[in-house]
Amino acid sequence: MQDLESLVSQALGEVAACGGLAELDEARVRWLGKKGALTEQLKSLGGLPAAERPAAGQRINEAKERLQSAIDARRDELTRAQVERELAAGRIDVTLPGRGERRGGLHPVTKARLRIETLFRRAGFDVATGPEIEDDFHNFEALNFPPNHPARAMHDTFYFPDGRLLRTHTSPVQVRAMLQRGAPLAIVAPGRVYRCDSDMTHSPMFHQLEGLKVDENVSFANMKAVLHGFLQAFFEKDLAMRLRPSYFPFTEPSAEVDMSCVFCEGKGCRTCKHTGWLEIAGCGMVHPNVLMASGIDAERYTGYAFGMGIDRLTMLRYGVNDLRLFFENDLRFLEQFRTL
Amino acid sequence: MKVPYSWLTEWVRVPWAAAELGERLTMAGLELESVEGAAPAFSGVVVAQILSAEKHPQADKLQVCRVSMGQGEPLQIVCGAPNARSGLKTALAVVGADLPGNLTIKSARLRGVESHGMLCSARELGLADTSSGIVELPADAPVGRPVREYLGLDDTILDLNITPNRGDAMSVLGIAREVAALSGSKVTGPERRPVAAALGDTFAVHLDAPAGCPKFAGCVVRGVDNRAATPLWMRERLRRAGLRSISPLVDVTNYVMLELGQPMHAYDLARLDGQIRVRQARAGETITLLDGKSVEVQPDVLLITDRSGPVGIAGIMGGERTAVSADTTDVFLEIAYFTPDAVIGRAMRWGLTTDASQRFERGVDPSQQERAMERAVELIQSIAGGETGPVEVSRADAQMPARPAVPLRRKQLTRLLGACFEDTRVQAALEGLQMRVEPTSEGWSVTAPAHRFDISTEADLIEEVARIIGYGAIAAGDAVSSEHFRALPESIPEERGLLETLALRGYQEAVTYAFVDPQLQSRLFPDRSGVALANPIASDLSVMRVSLWPGLIKAALDNQRRQQERIRLIEHGARFESADGATREVDALAGIACGARMPEQWGLPREMREATDFFDVKGDLEALFASLGAEAAFTFEPATLPSLHPGRCARVLRDGHPVGWLGELHPSLVKELDSVHAPVLFELDVESLKIARPAYREISRLPQVRRDLAVVVDESVSFSRLAERVTLAASSLLRDLRVFDVYRGPGIEAGRKSIALGLIFQDISRTLTDEDVGRLVSAVVTELRTSLNASIRE
Repeated sequence: MQDLESLVSQALGEVAACGGLAELDEARVRWLGKKGALTEQLKSLGGLPAAERPAAGQRINEAKERLQSAIDARRDELTRAQVERELAAGRIDVTLPGRGERRGGLHPVTKARLRIETLFRRAGFDVATGPEIEDDFHNFEALNFPPNHPARAMHDTFYFPDGRLLRTHTSPVQVRAMLQRGAPLAIVAPGRVYRCDSDMTHSPMFHQLEGLKVDENVSFANMKAVLHGFLQAFFEKDLAMRLRPSYFPFTEPSAEVDMSCVFCEGKGCRTCKHTGWLEIAGCGMVHPNVLMASGIDAERYTGYAFGMGIDRLTMLRYGVNDLRLFFENDLRFLEQFRTL
Repeated sequence: MKVPYSWLTEWVRVPWAAAELGERLTMAGLELESVEGAAPAFSGVVVAQILSAEKHPQADKLQVCRVSMGQGEPLQIVCGAPNARSGLKTALAVVGADLPGNLTIKSARLRGVESHGMLCSARELGLADTSSGIVELPADAPVGRPVREYLGLDDTILDLNITPNRGDAMSVLGIAREVAALSGSKVTGPERRPVAAALGDTFAVHLDAPAGCPKFAGCVVRGVDNRAATPLWMRERLRRAGLRSISPLVDVTNYVMLELGQPMHAYDLARLDGQIRVRQARAGETITLLDGKSVEVQPDVLLITDRSGPVGIAGIMGGERTAVSADTTDVFLEIAYFTPDAVIGRAMRWGLTTDASQRFERGVDPSQQERAMERAVELIQSIAGGETGPVEVSRADAQMPARPAVPLRRKQLTRLLGACFEDTRVQAALEGLQMRVEPTSEGWSVTAPAHRFDISTEADLIEEVARIIGYGAIAAGDAVSSEHFRALPESIPEERGLLETLALRGYQEAVTYAFVDPQLQSRLFPDRSGVALANPIASDLSVMRVSLWPGLIKAALDNQRRQQERIRLIEHGARFESADGATREVDALAGIACGARMPEQWGLPREMREATDFFDVKGDLEALFASLGAEAAFTFEPATLPSLHPGRCARVLRDGHPVGWLGELHPSLVKELDSVHAPVLFELDVESLKIARPAYREISRLPQVRRDLAVVVDESVSFSRLAERVTLAASSLLRDLRVFDVYRGPGIEAGRKSIALGLIFQDISRTLTDEDVGRLVSAVVTELRTSLNASIRE
């Protein structure tokens, strides 16, 4: 009993000196375990007079509690230190690159085409498709191109020996859609088209988008609004548009669509050949002969049609200056368009 | 078509400068392609006269000239041109003159003789591509006058793109008519001078095919000098319009064609044999054309013939036998009207496009042959002299093109354009185009002039009105969109979704040509035949692809050559299957993958750095199928395709139907194509990629139990067979079956393999006990032992 205080201070000293959790636990057993030094003190209470026992017992218990809380505190300390050591050991270089697969992407022309399709869908147009190998009827005749007409010479057509051909424009889809669905009708038809021409600015395969709206009282003024609205939405620019007379056998009146140059805002630059205008589409009111060839009452219905080059729209949108890049499939080029 | 501004002003008052004229014509449908000056910029060049020319003392090819420029002392100029001679008027660049090509003239000493200026050739002034000597100016050229001024070189040339419907605009006169219509003025032009016949000579013409040639004007001119010099003004106009001067007779025929849009032909009268007949060709007939080429003509070709046979193909080109030459003195002039139908498409057969055929195909004014003859005779006589016989016109009136009146309804005009114009404006627009306009109760009855071949319907007239008033005058209306819901089948995936699923797994979309190299294609697909183009753009782009693989393989190889080590490409597009003459376009989605499994990066396990193999790409396809909610519907069965490694090739099936292929390129092809890696290829029919709409199934809230089994089977036993037996024996309580290892090697007999399976069991209504699971596993083991001769590895 006489040594309780010195025992406690010895024990506290040992606890404070413990460098690890295992060591601390050993100390706890040594002092507070079933056979621990302080526990042994309680056993010696029996040798004391009964009157002194409660007081002595209380002192011993207090001593044990003090030691226990010292051990707990030390344990917390040591645990914290260990976590810290582990954290320090677990430090990584957060500036190293991430791991895993790298995103691929869609072709820029596909990206632009899907965007165009979405814009027209929201304006009430369906997306229609048609075959790429066509016959003369759908590609020319039903579109009011008489046989041997010089207008055919504007299309450098790829032919097969049996007279079929690769469609030179997406306009045959107009004919197919009108024959299949009748009027009223509002479609856009995107797709690959082919012309026997290859140089800096021509690819033998390229992409077009055809639009067709047939209904009662559809007018040239409506067409103007749709085309202008589309161009402004696609380019997200308040650009000017003008229509100028032109000739397509399947529309009458016909027009070329010019928009103010997206690079120089109409001031004149190399892209627009210093005219301030970019030729972007062809359009017109569907020729009555075409409506009739497609079984639509040309007295009751009128319609407009337009066609534009998706590749050209893509080039202008993303600033691509060489059409041929689209078909070279160079990964270093394609990778630049890896966005949703 | 090139139209010199100065020539145009001879035919109509042009109230606009060249740039604005171009803009106005463009906005009226005659698109201005470019504007250029009649000559490049130069200064300090004047008309001068050579007073004397003597041989240079030190050089055989040089002459020392004394040249007068009208004022001051004559200049001494050394000149190397062979045509420099005393008395000649020519172009002198004085000291300090700036010539095209940044050349500034300075005084110089040439082989010891001083030279103060330069006598110029047309080439040096930018007026010709080649020259054989210095410019020869007419004797009456005023000495001292700036050459630019004298030759009118500050003229502007408008290059207009004439659409194929506007044959009437392929002449100076035609453009003048447009200008008159746009500016509200009248076409004037040089005064007409009737032919004064001094001779009685005529030449018989028979129209045997009046449907193709209903009108033929002929005229004999005798005693012309075809060696005379075409005057400078005409040579200049021809040059500015893009033609070269050849001889007076040829130059005049070209001049009349450019001015009036009327092609014509001059025959050497001495070489014509008897009378002219215009008739259809006979089978097997041939003719040698002006350009020396001999062609065979078909019966639908219209010929001009004499007694000895063809002398020209009507409306396309004259023949060599009766062509005029420098020696020609007597000519027979032909100015005919050939119908578009008689000419269209013929010239292309022999690879020809002539100025004449372009005009006749599009329509030449059938009323102007007499006028054109007057103009031609007048010009020939003024240049080359001669005396003329009367103009004889043969015609078949019944066959002349009719111009029926076309009704134009006021209501339809407004409805189609979505804009309303006053009657007076409509009428003025049409009358300005020389149309005859008569009011009717509903609008107007309009008759087009003879030169217009493109006005036959109401819509044509509406275009003319809109064009002349201006498309800009029609305000944009409403977009007019009808709101109704169109079908949106949930089973059809959006194209973007399919492509994005693969893009997120590292694939980059490519776009390759639909025509491919026949050699590569037949090497890959010896048993499929691609449709061949009749006129391919290149021999290695000549057959339609039967698969997207030829294009993708080429794209991958191109990228390998560009030092790309890891390539994953996909393409979506049509492939063309042909059988029995019919072609079917199949919407296909294909891909190619080669190079490392993962992009190069740090911290990857070794196996992830290895080359992409079959199972990597199969995983990509499984992910695609999972995105369709249809992973289980797709299966892969061993199969062979000539282009693929026979042991690493699978046919892809959906619900048992073939829908595509997956496999590694055949090793012999890898070698042949010199590919760095063996690429893995796939191709799927997009038609099969339908979405299975998700349908809710109850989820079990009870614990699942997993048991692992290492099953040893013969190499020949496929995993799909194993899985089939396991599923069969394990009952519906088997939730999932996983493969977590495939092992061959020590501990396993040769010819056998160990497949480690994870079986996951779960019931919906009760917790499975150890005994339940034990029974299920032993049922599986028994089934595998008996049906697959399997043993279980402990």
